[in-house]
Amino acid sequence: MKRLALFVVLLMALSISAVSAQESVSLTYLVDESQNSQDTAQALIDAFVAQNPNISITIESRPGGTEGDNIVKTRLATDDMTDIFFYNSGSLLQALNPAQTLVDLSDQPFIDNIVASFLPTVSQGDAIFGVPTGTGMGGGILYNKRVYEELGLSVPLTWEEFAANNAALLEAGISPVLATFGDTWTAQLFVLADYYNVEQAVPGFADAYTANEAKYVTTPAALAGFQYLQQGFEESWWQPDFATTRFEPGLELLANGEVAHYPMLTFALSTIAENFPDQVNDIGFFAQPGTSAEANGATIWMPAGTYIPQTTTGARLDAALQFLGFIASVEGVDAINAQVVPNGPYLIVGSILPDDVLPAVSDLAAYIDSGMSYPALEFVSPIKGPNLEQLCVAVGTGQMTPEEAAANYDLDVERQAQQLGLPGW
Amino acid sequence: MNHDLRPKSVLRTYPHWFYLPAAIVFGVFFLVPTLAAFYFSMTRWTLFDATYIGFDNYVRFFQDPQLTAGLRNTAIYAVMTSGLKVIISLPLAILLTSRLHLKSLLRGIIFFPVLVSTVAVGITFSVLMQPSQGLINTVLRALSLGAPDWLGNPSLALISVALVDVWKGLGIATVLFISGILSIPNDYFEAARLEGGAWVKFRYVILPLSRNAAFTVILLSFIGGLRTFDLIWTMTRGGPGFASDVLTSVIFKQYQAGFYGLSTAGNVILFILVTIIVYPLMRFFNRRELEEL
Repeated sequence: MKRLALFVVLLMALSISAVSAQESVSLTYLVDESQNSQDTAQALIDAFVAQNPNISITIESRPGGTEGDNIVKTRLATDDMTDIFFYNSGSLLQALNPAQTLVDLSDQPFIDNIVASFLPTVSQGDAIFGVPTGTGMGGGILYNKRVYEELGLSVPLTWEEFAANNAALLEAGISPVLATFGDTWTAQLFVLADYYNVEQAVPGFADAYTANEAKYVTTPAALAGFQYLQQGFEESWWQPDFATTRFEPGLELLANGEVAHYPMLTFALSTIAENFPDQVNDIGFFAQPGTSAEANGATIWMPAGTYIPQTTTGARLDAALQFLGFIASVEGVDAINAQVVPNGPYLIVGSILPDDVLPAVSDLAAYIDSGMSYPALEFVSPIKGPNLEQLCVAVGTGQMTPEEAAANYDLDVERQAQQLGLPGW
Repeated sequence: MNHDLRPKSVLRTYPHWFYLPAAIVFGVFFLVPTLAAFYFSMTRWTLFDATYIGFDNYVRFFQDPQLTAGLRNTAIYAVMTSGLKVIISLPLAILLTSRLHLKSLLRGIIFFPVLVSTVAVGITFSVLMQPSQGLINTVLRALSLGAPDWLGNPSLALISVALVDVWKGLGIATVLFISGILSIPNDYFEAARLEGGAWVKFRYVILPLSRNAAFTVILLSFIGGLRTFDLIWTMTRGGPGFASDVLTSVIFKQYQAGFYGLSTAGNVILFILVTIIVYPLMRFFNRRELEEL
């Protein structure tokens, strides 16, 4: 009897501790340190925790860019990853070896809430690894509408018109194009945002490129992006100090109208909205023009995803899945919208952008709604060479010809493909 | 006779197990990682798994067009920093060993940059060297001396970083020279005073007798120059483009890109290169030292 009593007490103690364990699960969420990602993650956490007081989530920050890639890879490889983490979709995700490191979400009910075009960018085979977190983005040219009005310019539909606008701007004493080579990743846009045009000129380039059958240096449409960088340098489109200017100080020049254009992702808009709320409505967006005015469209970046590593198990895994389900819901989108200025469309079924979106975002939405958009190469091919940013800076500062840079980039791509173990390399 | 043998027999009396702790530490922390590096440099390594590919990584590393530029830049950087440190620190050491008031204070001041973190120095100087608003160019413009784009101009970026390196490393070089000069017996200075003036003292006493200090300075700063990374990375990240890439920043970028096998091969190459350059240099200097005795 005594024994039984003890047993019951023990059992009760155990079940209480089990309940209390379930009651207080705390998760860690690894997020890159950009303002936009941090605000998005915080907005999601606040709304989610309000509904689920038994779960707490803390953000851990990491650097962005290649440094961040390295941290994520190392932590996954050493089983030291946080419970959930935020990371790019597309080719960067493929390099994480997701089939062996991440939890497959394909049987989760919330997958049905995700817009189908996003899924291939977070999948390998039949397995799905992430939910879209935040908005998609457009890659193209951000421009200062006030400057355009003052000089009577109109949005260019071909590269020639763009060059003509730049000549007019130079004459008026305004730097035509913002170059922020101090943050090297920003130098890639002329090449990457040109992918809509590449796809128009060479349909199916992505598959041929992935299969080692198409090269940048031998495909004139693909080479064009590098040539634009050379033209920018030779025709003095860049503002003074372009070689060392960094991303955020550069945005100030654009907001103040000291430069007219910035080849960039619409991701920059939320930073502009935060730092220069009075000027953000002066900023518009147009697709990077190509050779033909008829085939003028925008290159689209998919949102980053939130993923669960296989090291997250038990109650923490349940809580993590619950949080991912919240991210992939209209409620989650509303939570973000309440705190962060959207930079583009969400990829959650049934979500709508608020009525008061920024002008540049409605410019972008117009391309998407009219069907004039295509994903960037890194979302339709697993290969992206890591040296592209330095090569773009080298061309944009006149140290390399477009042909040299493209040939170099092809070599870089070959290395990446071999590292990924793709067939045909 | 007995006396001479004693040290040897003392050495012999240590039993082998006595060396074991040191051997374990050496093996686990130095020998095994070194051998592992040699192995992984011959694999395509994703951190998740490694495939053996022989010498492909080495072939690829030498095909890398950035590597040639990186090697050239490393050589320029090492020669320039070690040369300038010797040329500038010797006169400074002579000044700071003279009968000067505030001598210790000045010695402290010149040593101060050595104590500051290299990353902090790098970030500070990239702000000071900002072309249009940086302090350096503001001063130069006020003196109407022109305003170069220190870190943005591809042909100047590497030299700018090297100059900051010289500023930061000058303290150690000067201290080495000071100790070299102070260890010269006073009789030589007496003799020099009788023979002639300051020039004789410099040319025939200080210069030849502080040669060992000079060799140490050259050797240390040359090795430092070959291995330099932190200053370059904080100031230019090897840019603009590849203009200030050195061997270590090329290797680091390959790590960042996830080419772990390739970058390990790069590190093995760096190891061999430093050995090839430094070993004969050390032999040469050591022999000179022996001859002097």
